[in-house]
Amino acid sequence: MGNYIGKVVKRVEDPRFIQGKGRYIANLNLPGMSYAAIKRSPHAHANIKSINVEKARNMEGVIAVMTGKDLAESGLGTLPCGFTPPDIKLPPYPALAIDKIRYMGHGVAVVVAESRYLAQDALDLIEVNYEVLDAVVDAKKAREEGAPQVHEETPNNTSFYWPIGDKEAVEKAISEADHVVDLNLINQRLVPNAMEPRAVVAQWDDFSGEMTVWTTTQNPHVIRVLMSAFTLFIPENKLRVISPDVGGGFGSKIFHYPEEIIIPWLSKALNRSVKWVSLRSESFVTDAHGRDHVTNCKLALKSDGTFTGLYVSIHANMGGYLSLFAPMVPSALCLTLLNGIYTIPAIYGETYGVMTHTVPVDAYRGAGRPEASYMVERLINIAAQELNMDPLEIRRKNLIQPDAFPFQTQVALVYDSGNYPGLLDKAEEVSGYQAMRAAQKQARGEGKLVGIGVSTCIEACGVAPSKAVISLGAGVGLWESGSIRVHPTGMISVFTGNHSHGQGHETTFAQVVADELGVPIENIEVIHGDTGRSSMGLGTYGSRSNVGMAALSKTAEKIREKVIKIAAHQLEASVEDMVYDQEKGEIHVKGSPDKKKAFGEIAFACLTAHELPDGMEPGLEETSFYDPENFVFPNSAHICLVEIDRNTGEVEIKKYTAIDDVGKVINPMIVEGQIQGGIAQGVGQALWEHGAYDDQGQLLAGSMMDYAMPKAGKLVDYQVDRTETPSPHNPLGVKGVGEMGTIASTVSMANAVMDALSPLGIKHLDMPLTAEKIWNAIQNSGS
Amino acid sequence: MTVNISVTINGTTYQKDVEPRTLLVHFIRDTLGLTGTNIGCDTVQCGACTIHMDGMAIKSCATLAVQADGSQITTIEGLAKDGELHPMQQAFWDNHGLQCGYCTPGMIMAATKLVENNPGITEEEIRHGLEGNLCRCTGYANIVKSIKAAAQAMGGGA
Repeated sequence: MGNYIGKVVKRVEDPRFIQGKGRYIANLNLPGMSYAAIKRSPHAHANIKSINVEKARNMEGVIAVMTGKDLAESGLGTLPCGFTPPDIKLPPYPALAIDKIRYMGHGVAVVVAESRYLAQDALDLIEVNYEVLDAVVDAKKAREEGAPQVHEETPNNTSFYWPIGDKEAVEKAISEADHVVDLNLINQRLVPNAMEPRAVVAQWDDFSGEMTVWTTTQNPHVIRVLMSAFTLFIPENKLRVISPDVGGGFGSKIFHYPEEIIIPWLSKALNRSVKWVSLRSESFVTDAHGRDHVTNCKLALKSDGTFTGLYVSIHANMGGYLSLFAPMVPSALCLTLLNGIYTIPAIYGETYGVMTHTVPVDAYRGAGRPEASYMVERLINIAAQELNMDPLEIRRKNLIQPDAFPFQTQVALVYDSGNYPGLLDKAEEVSGYQAMRAAQKQARGEGKLVGIGVSTCIEACGVAPSKAVISLGAGVGLWESGSIRVHPTGMISVFTGNHSHGQGHETTFAQVVADELGVPIENIEVIHGDTGRSSMGLGTYGSRSNVGMAALSKTAEKIREKVIKIAAHQLEASVEDMVYDQEKGEIHVKGSPDKKKAFGEIAFACLTAHELPDGMEPGLEETSFYDPENFVFPNSAHICLVEIDRNTGEVEIKKYTAIDDVGKVINPMIVEGQIQGGIAQGVGQALWEHGAYDDQGQLLAGSMMDYAMPKAGKLVDYQVDRTETPSPHNPLGVKGVGEMGTIASTVSMANAVMDALSPLGIKHLDMPLTAEKIWNAIQNSGS
Repeated sequence: MTVNISVTINGTTYQKDVEPRTLLVHFIRDTLGLTGTNIGCDTVQCGACTIHMDGMAIKSCATLAVQADGSQITTIEGLAKDGELHPMQQAFWDNHGLQCGYCTPGMIMAATKLVENNPGITEEEIRHGLEGNLCRCTGYANIVKSIKAAAQAMGGGA
């Protein structure tokens, strides 16, 4: 047991945030800074007949006005897509629209001015003449005959088709089943709304030919590769990408965005530093949205509740263009999780990737996995109702048992470890499930609409094994790097390719290294978010920072090996006789604890370098590159209690219990914080949030006035607890925690609401389960 | 056209010429370089830009700089005194009341006034009082916990 891993350590990054010293890009000011603002299309589908920028260009204080045509003529690339299943049709995605608009919000021109106010003023002087065309916003309707076509390259608006599993076996299971639940559902579109709007600053150095780009990204190294190879064509060694403090991501800051081309391009062309900070109203129509699936799914069962087959068919809305990882989300990240934590003998899933006249859709917290859990867990709940079984019991009956690991699912993945019955038992106990059911019975007798929601879920995270993700269609492997530089005085700089945008890596990564080397955490700084400092890494998303932690664990092992060799040399003992005390940071001779060297002494010896073993290089610095052998599979069981006001349809959350197995825990405070935040985001989808469009592609929920973000007054104090089965695939046994809360809470909340409404004979309502929707359903139920 | 205004922020008086349309938050951030006050929306929903003006918690994105002429303002940078964190700042740190930190300055400024105005504040009142402050990371549980702890430390608390 070390001094730090598994313990609550207050976050080392907090002092700067609580004192207003966060290093967000909007706070960055460089000498000679100019300010960009982007003219965006108010229409979803239109031909650009002409653009007149003369008035704007002539305005005092305006430095330049450029259009999509100017950008196209500059020879820069279009935005790449990094997940390309076989036969995908990939229309080019220009950073600024050239002659056609395919979603409301796509930029058509950009102004650079001496101040942000002047840049905004100049936008109003740009005259764009549009020929407005009919739009299509619904993924199912977009594939129908006669629908408006988004791209010539994607006939029937279909970009790709991705099937997995054994269709024949599932059809047989359905035809032979005692009972089949057949459900059409919509997993609605969400707007991520990280609190910090995106921002880009670019600084071109004409003298050295170097470009520095500050951008609000979760993965600066990935963005640099894409800029270098696909868009800006600046060699990587002349291109530095920095993402300092980033104010939340939730997936929306993974992708290569148009502004990451436009702003550096302008900086080079004008030889000025250029800054662009998104307005929230721009975020709504430019940050990649999440979810938006239209789905048919079927669960086949025996009359005793045993699952025999699962069928899923998804129309996934990709929006007007394919964002960086968009095709991966409803396919490889969704259908491969249909197995849940159950034994299902036959599974088949298929996804149509569909273009529409809407903002591009991509990964949003959970990314495909919440959609998978939502289908599976809604089907199970309806099956329980129809077979008159308790929702816990029907799940328990079908769980994968603890002795079945590694468990090969019917949809590609091999689960690493788990104790699913133990998980469910704990959720039942901690939530007081049986007492809640008894109370519910009584409340129903009094005419109250009380519901209990149950869900389990599983996530494939630590995204991860390069061979696996490339075989599924990804364009890059997803390993991670970790470097440890021990300075001569024993102080340590840790470099990671992961990125913290709220997760607290500066604390947790330091905890890991502190324990691995036996040094005080105060002596360690964790550096991330700068391609000029860290080695190549793939960034943070898909609950994958455990991959970076594992890399650091391996690096620390290399450091220990070298330290031991030096200590053995200096103490005139053999390497085999040395003991590295990781609690004290001392290296002593076995059986002679007084014959020892402190970690700091060895660090200094690596500077003086005259007492090293023959042939050993001086310095104390190591790097590892870690590519996991498998994903890790955190899992959870959530149970919640709601009451619905019959007269208003309003849902009141009474209680929320979350039991999660995230493997070994590095810092319980941070793990609980991740779960709590995840729960609120999932509940937001279940009850309030909806990126709603009208049928001509106008985003109706285009501001925080119209888009219902979760608020403190609507939420409760969550009961968060856990079970722990370490992952055998990760050297630290950790499984990842970033997305669990969201994946599980969306459907547990939806199940609670539907349980409350079940006495009225209401089988299913699509999210968000707003008061209005519920009130109408109650009125129409005739009760 | 510009207007000359005089504003005292965190104990320092600034005399500046501003365009009448300048938002107070832009004056604070861009003109004075006090970037601790963040901007999270453009429709006065998120509360990231909350500051104290003449003893009240206000959203500086919904106020013009000229309206602040002659006023006393405290921003997040001025909350700690003599190198000591304000109990609200300390409580947010102690209770993991922040993740990405972006909403935090506004949360802390809003919460400080909530507690000052209602020393015996209850959990329900805290949750209601945060109506105008959005956080996407924490799910609010630890923010509420932080404010409760700060209320105790500030001499009240339910």
